[in-house]
Amino acid sequence: MLCPAFYDSVCKITNFYEGNEVHKVSKHILKNGLTVLLKEVHSAPIISWWMLYRVGSRNEPTGLTGASHWVEHMLFKGTEKYPPRLLDRLIDRQGGTWNAQTFFDYTAYYATMPADQIDLPLEIEVDRMINAKFLPEDVESERTVIISERQGSENSPLFWLGEEINAAAFRVHGYHHEIIGDLHDLQTMTRDDLYQHYRNHYMPNNAIAVAVGAFDTETMLSRITELYEGVPAGTPPKPFMRPEPPQSGERRVKVERPGTTAFYEMAYHAPAGNDPDWFKLAVLDSVLTGPSGLGGGSIDNKSSRIYQALVKTELAASVSGSLIPTVDPYLYTISASVRQGRSIDDLENALEMEIDRIRQERISEAELYKAKKQARALFAYSTESVTSQAFWLAFCENFADYRWFEEYVQRLEAVTADEVLEVAQRYLRPQNRVIGTFIPLAMDTPTAIVEENHAYA
Amino acid sequence: MPTLNLLQDVPNQSNIARVELPNGIIVLVYENFDTQSVVLSGTLLAGAIYEDVEKNGLASLTASALMRGTLRRDFDTLHHLLEESGADIGISAGTNKLGFHGKALAEDLPLLLEVLSDVLRYPAFPINHVERLRGEIMTWLKYQQQDTRRQVGKAFREQLYAPDHPYYYSTRGTLDTLPTITIEDLRQFHAMFYRPQGMIITVVGAVTAQDAIQTVERYFGDWQNPDYAVFKTTPTATTPTEIKRVFVPVSGKTQTEILLGVIGPSRSAPDYYAANMANSILGQFGMMGRIGEVVREQSGMAYYASSRLEGGYGPGAWTVSAGVNPTNVEKAIPLILGEIQRLITEVVTDEELDDNKRYYTGRLPLQLETNEGITGVILSMESYGLGLDYLLRYREIVFNLTQADVLAAAQRYWQPNCYTLAIAGPEIK
Repeated sequence: MLCPAFYDSVCKITNFYEGNEVHKVSKHILKNGLTVLLKEVHSAPIISWWMLYRVGSRNEPTGLTGASHWVEHMLFKGTEKYPPRLLDRLIDRQGGTWNAQTFFDYTAYYATMPADQIDLPLEIEVDRMINAKFLPEDVESERTVIISERQGSENSPLFWLGEEINAAAFRVHGYHHEIIGDLHDLQTMTRDDLYQHYRNHYMPNNAIAVAVGAFDTETMLSRITELYEGVPAGTPPKPFMRPEPPQSGERRVKVERPGTTAFYEMAYHAPAGNDPDWFKLAVLDSVLTGPSGLGGGSIDNKSSRIYQALVKTELAASVSGSLIPTVDPYLYTISASVRQGRSIDDLENALEMEIDRIRQERISEAELYKAKKQARALFAYSTESVTSQAFWLAFCENFADYRWFEEYVQRLEAVTADEVLEVAQRYLRPQNRVIGTFIPLAMDTPTAIVEENHAYA
Repeated sequence: MPTLNLLQDVPNQSNIARVELPNGIIVLVYENFDTQSVVLSGTLLAGAIYEDVEKNGLASLTASALMRGTLRRDFDTLHHLLEESGADIGISAGTNKLGFHGKALAEDLPLLLEVLSDVLRYPAFPINHVERLRGEIMTWLKYQQQDTRRQVGKAFREQLYAPDHPYYYSTRGTLDTLPTITIEDLRQFHAMFYRPQGMIITVVGAVTAQDAIQTVERYFGDWQNPDYAVFKTTPTATTPTEIKRVFVPVSGKTQTEILLGVIGPSRSAPDYYAANMANSILGQFGMMGRIGEVVREQSGMAYYASSRLEGGYGPGAWTVSAGVNPTNVEKAIPLILGEIQRLITEVVTDEELDDNKRYYTGRLPLQLETNEGITGVILSMESYGLGLDYLLRYREIVFNLTQADVLAAAQRYWQPNCYTLAIAGPEIK
């Protein structure tokens, strides 16, 4: 029946704050290699079901950029058992919500349903793991949809800037291209390219399944085993690994397009999500730009150092930071929109002073305490929704282990001011960064033109 | 798997505590000890509807400036207090009302209410901070000039509504009006329109109703505003009687936005539910309804193509939107119009109606999962006078809708060759 679980079946502990029962995650590996994580949450009669495949844009070679995301779209185009219109109809009709997301490191599908309807996505997901059709006419129809999706993103100046920064930061590694892919590849990729990508990566032994919600673990595991264990394991995909060599000097990119506002981004190479340094940088980010949310909403950052240095001094209109846990080392990025009438040089100088300061002086104990309390609050917000909890368990299992999420607050609590200083000195070096600027070229002020005689037959 | 017992589980008059304080503030509390947090949300009668046209943006700037310092706490103190606790308060002015929203760990509810009371009742409007804020909003408004979605929305609004209607205007103001607003304007607006009468506060989370109500009373119970201004209601609006088409050229873009629509029902209109059902069939259900089917699935012309019914306090718009390649604009519009024509000439199928009824009732548990979701529903019940038993009646309301109801609602708001169409994107040479 089942391979030995990593942990004993569900264990219950008493919640310290309200006396409610809190269930631990149980982890199981089916005979075909499918990893299954289950967590009971009985606060609402709903269940979130996720299927994450260990394939994302980092796995795509030149010429096939965007394949993972395109395959994701094709899985909504139906199978013999579930024709395309029927899929959406069945989920909505049962009061569920479903979608999918493609990231650098994974492609994930999810459905959150009223608890008594969870069998539907369980059945759909196992079916499309192996039976997606990839009809040539559907591939062609979706080609223009995806190009339209890319063009929608291109309407934002920040898309162009982000694309150039990643290309500059990752000369070798697969993080160098946008998840949606390069336009040329989207125009030339074939149906067979996509189908091969699907067959190479969609198999139980390359997937993580997660359920969080109002179920009985034993019953749920039994049903998952019944549905999924018959799917044969595949030949694991050959890892597509091209490690990024160390950067040996600051790189700068400039994007010039019609626009009205200048943007500035400073991106440092950062450790992977499972590196102990990641948590130290997370505390540093909280001090510099404010805490990052975990899917339960974010909070303001007006007391953060860089807000105070850039926005309060009227150099920038807004600032933010981004540190994402990834499989391979990615980037820690500080972004700012330049206030009208202010110069990028002045903004950069002020930012440099803050970077120098955090590389030279320990953060205060008050700042450290604040970062930890913020982490505790944001973690609490993120666990209110079963969808968010299931996402984080699947996401973390992919780059580290699901316990990364469970131990998030505890590991941040353990960070010291000395460690923050260490990572500031190790990572926030000029030689380790890419600086990107968006320079707006003059454009006409948009003026509406009333058009006549446009009745359609 | 367990099933949902709607009668027992949803927020309703038996598990929502509702009190009206002597000064007119209505407080609603729903206890939820399955979480560690608390969410508060509410409204004041201080939206843009109360500002003069030449001071467009005044209500919004006033609301945004509240968190810039009070008579008791300066900017840094306010934000340190909240952020060091992982708490957050956001305040913004819409057309009809000012809305506020806060979130914190349950232990910090008193902090949240103390700060909220301080900023709503005792703002200082410090000049340096207001000027900084004004510059940030001006930067944002300038940024909107190159944003095709903002431009199509603006052009649509200005064609659909007359200049004497509040929905003609953006609540954020314009690059012309914002510089004319003075600190004195902010002070006067605050003095006249910020008042306990008509204020609603909802609290949801790991707190007892008694504690929450007492804490609201402590910080808001003595609030009085004798300079009691009159309430305003949103004027009606006339739906287009012809085709109005407007194009906004935005250079340097690769996608064009289309927004097509008419005046729709308010949230309290008798046929709101029928119109909402028609809208779901038109451009929501499944992969964006019938519109998504023809524009995206069959034609591959757009990543998104859907419809939206605003509802709300006044005559909001009922729209269809799509983002398409500039060369596909003239192909997509007839497809959209064809579906609207179908909606107003044919009854929806039994299957469509049944699917959507199940969709609307089945998704309730998902909407009520988080404190934020529950707060939003309770605030709507109170704001639109739906009654605290609304969710208990909800299934009946939805399942009583007929094909004839849906057709009548569609026909009431959409007429052939009478709509406003806005397009924003690159010029096709």
